[in-house]
Amino acid sequence: MTKHEKPSTLSRRAMLAGAGALVVSIGAPLGVDMLLAIDSAKAQGGRPPLTPDQLSSYVAVAADGRVSAFFGKMDMGHGLHVAIAQMVAEELDVPFKAVTVYMGDTATSVNQGGASGSTGIQLGGKQMRVAAAEARRVLVAMAAEKLQLAADQLTVTDGVVHAKSDAAKKASYAELIGGRYFNVQLDWNKQWGNALYAPGKAQPKNPSEHKIVGQPIKREDVAPKVFAQEDYCTDIKVPGMVHGRMIRPPVAGAVPVKVDEASIRGVKGAQVVWQNGFLGVVADREWDAIQAMQTLKVEWSKVADPFPDQTALYDHIRKAPVRKAQIEAQTGDLDAAFKSAARVIEAEYEWPFQSHACMGPACALVEIKDGKVTCWSGTQKSHFVQQGIAATIGVPAETVHVVWKTGPGSYGRNDADDCAADAATLAKAVGKPVRLQYMRDQGTGWDPKGPASVHKVRAALDSSGNVTAYEFMTKAFSRVDVDTNGSKEFDTLSGQTRGVALKSGDGFGIPAESYGFGAKKAGWEVIPPLLDRASPLRTSHLRDPVGPQIHFASESFIDEVAAAVHADPIEFRMRYIKDARDRALLEAARDKSGWQSRPSPRRDQTGAKVAGRGIAYAQRNGTRVAIVAEVEVDRASGKIFAKKFTVAHDCGQIINPDGLAKCIEGNIVQGISRTLWEEVKFDRKAVTSVDWMTYPILDITETPEEITCVLINHPEIASSGAGEPSIRPVAAAIANAIFDATGVRIRRVPFSPERVKQALS
Amino acid sequence: MTKKVTLNVNGQQHTVDVDPDMPLLYALRDDLGLNNPRFGCGLAQCGACTVHLDGQPVRSCITPVADAEGHRVTTLAGLGTPAKPHPLQTAYVEEQVPQCGYCINGWIMTAAAFLAEKKKPTEAEIKDALSGLKCRCGTHVSILKAVKRAATMMG
Repeated sequence: MTKHEKPSTLSRRAMLAGAGALVVSIGAPLGVDMLLAIDSAKAQGGRPPLTPDQLSSYVAVAADGRVSAFFGKMDMGHGLHVAIAQMVAEELDVPFKAVTVYMGDTATSVNQGGASGSTGIQLGGKQMRVAAAEARRVLVAMAAEKLQLAADQLTVTDGVVHAKSDAAKKASYAELIGGRYFNVQLDWNKQWGNALYAPGKAQPKNPSEHKIVGQPIKREDVAPKVFAQEDYCTDIKVPGMVHGRMIRPPVAGAVPVKVDEASIRGVKGAQVVWQNGFLGVVADREWDAIQAMQTLKVEWSKVADPFPDQTALYDHIRKAPVRKAQIEAQTGDLDAAFKSAARVIEAEYEWPFQSHACMGPACALVEIKDGKVTCWSGTQKSHFVQQGIAATIGVPAETVHVVWKTGPGSYGRNDADDCAADAATLAKAVGKPVRLQYMRDQGTGWDPKGPASVHKVRAALDSSGNVTAYEFMTKAFSRVDVDTNGSKEFDTLSGQTRGVALKSGDGFGIPAESYGFGAKKAGWEVIPPLLDRASPLRTSHLRDPVGPQIHFASESFIDEVAAAVHADPIEFRMRYIKDARDRALLEAARDKSGWQSRPSPRRDQTGAKVAGRGIAYAQRNGTRVAIVAEVEVDRASGKIFAKKFTVAHDCGQIINPDGLAKCIEGNIVQGISRTLWEEVKFDRKAVTSVDWMTYPILDITETPEEITCVLINHPEIASSGAGEPSIRPVAAAIANAIFDATGVRIRRVPFSPERVKQALS
Repeated sequence: MTKKVTLNVNGQQHTVDVDPDMPLLYALRDDLGLNNPRFGCGLAQCGACTVHLDGQPVRSCITPVADAEGHRVTTLAGLGTPAKPHPLQTAYVEEQVPQCGYCINGWIMTAAAFLAEKKKPTEAEIKDALSGLKCRCGTHVSILKAVKRAATMMG
């Protein structure tokens, strides 16, 4: 078994069986042979319920002493499972290799929120840590009874409880509980998802005692990937399975009014599924399903053009009615400060719609059999998809089993949850298991988009150049027009196309930093979606939802103010940053990058290629990141080479420094891609960026020469997240470096060669 | 209309009864049950579906299955095994390259064909050879390290 293993076919019972013994609860010890003879459903009668208040919902010890950790979140490619195994092994005092983490399976884990908001370690790991600590406490107590010693005279080494004074007086975890369930109640806070917390009586270790946490342990799931031995969600097959494909309208908002089923009569086994605006096909063979999708004659309803001209996008945002507004931060007398200002600096920044554009379009397999539903999906939130599928096909959630399998990339609320609901709709309609994979144009063209935004920022300066007031206001599409998970029918394309009542959410955010300006106000206004139902421009969470947008604006603006008062960009920030960890972070980035103190721009370069450096920093739910970007600008072509990045990163206690560095590396490169290239294109009728030609991303030839991480470790501070924070300041760091190189400020993303060339001319 | 097509994949003969115009990708994935190559775009834009035909990298998502007849098809699984890994596979593990890992088939298969012909390539040559591939997780820095490591191993 490897650490990433996800039990798609094994029952929880079989997994725990380990070396062959069966798992029963402590309260109901049954003979192995007898248990083997009864089916697994009945065997579960001996097991505590899979609820958040049971220790057995998180940790189990198999007969051979191996530890299973059942995790209600999942890894999106950063090796989260390695970190979780380290935390569990640490608290249990077992070798790292003794722990296997099972992720995101609704049959074996409770809803810990899925992959969400960089909380894998911050919240998910926190829970697994207290569960493992409680398991150790219980096991030591059991050993104390068995060995007739006081618990405080015992310690644990490699899964063996023994007397501190005499290692011969011992009992292994396998002997104490191997193959049986814990039957221990935890103090659950009655919350589900990210907020779920259920500690036991035990206190986790003091960080000074950590031996496994903090080590650079490698991922065990890399080898299965490179040797083609791991099944992704795209690779699952079940007997009797057919292939599905969806058909989307040529004009967004149009619905089928006539479907000519005869038009695909020549395609073997092809069948149409049409329910209001929902239109798909299935066929026995995948290629036939694709042929049917391409061949089917459909007459679509005539609808008014749903979108404005793309060139008018930001005008549209500025003029659109406000659906919800919120001031999230307000201190001091802003109006008075602006009235008495010696100087006011203002700027506006614009960010486009962006696509998840995952490496492959989403795929899901749904089987409805014998009153039970099974879904294999690459979703970030399997427990929510469980609810969504139940609602979609009208069955109780407890009859739905969602198995998470690695998907073709995921960076938030991508197309995975839509695909699961679509597959469930098809499977119910045709009465067969359906494997549905979207096509490329559907993956890029029809995934929920990161919201486009306009940010208006101004600062009041006194006669000495001190900032006395600061205002940051965003007007944008919502970050949750569709919610971050597919638990509700109105949030999936299946529900929306079939015609369920809609419920669009509102939300955005404000800069996260510790600048102590005299008066400060930060807020947002959210506008309605361009098309309210089944829109390819519906908006939701894309990696660090709204963070890149907001901090592109806020950290570009701080740079503009620094330049206006002829101050070094780092020194200027340091005048206002209050938080000690933030200050240490900026100093670390400054020192490691070899930053020379001087105002921007440089003004000392001639020729076609000029170089510059820029700083940007941000917080995110406890994590802080400062980035120094060094870029080259080809003035003739407008092409930016984002050459070198120095990233200072403080997320409290580091569980696995190698995993963290890799996670940051991906964030930076994806951040460069989104900054330099990415913009969803659309015309009045539809999204027109539908593949890698029309939605270009960073190319290998543009790989930065160097990404240097300064990982600031605070073992004494609880870990915060790392999956997203470091993408947050990337755009501003690049924008500030371009300004340093050229003296030109670019306030609209992406910095495509055309846009840069235009700005420079 | 279907037709019997004989494929030599990773040294084994298989006969499939398929639409001869069907892309090779679907024969490999659906008929032969090989989990690599992968469907990324179906447009030859990303490389996730790459296999070797007689050692040359091709995009199986646009290659008609009939065109593969009479050629040696090699997939990632045929490139190396844990017991006998291709240097690129070793390097990928050493450098811990993948994140989601969906793209790696394309990078490894394309780089393997390149390194088989080009000894001691420069970084610019490596980048040029791999420029038609996509990675969405942003593992490019690690990809380059791994390919350089493999190039060194291959002398």
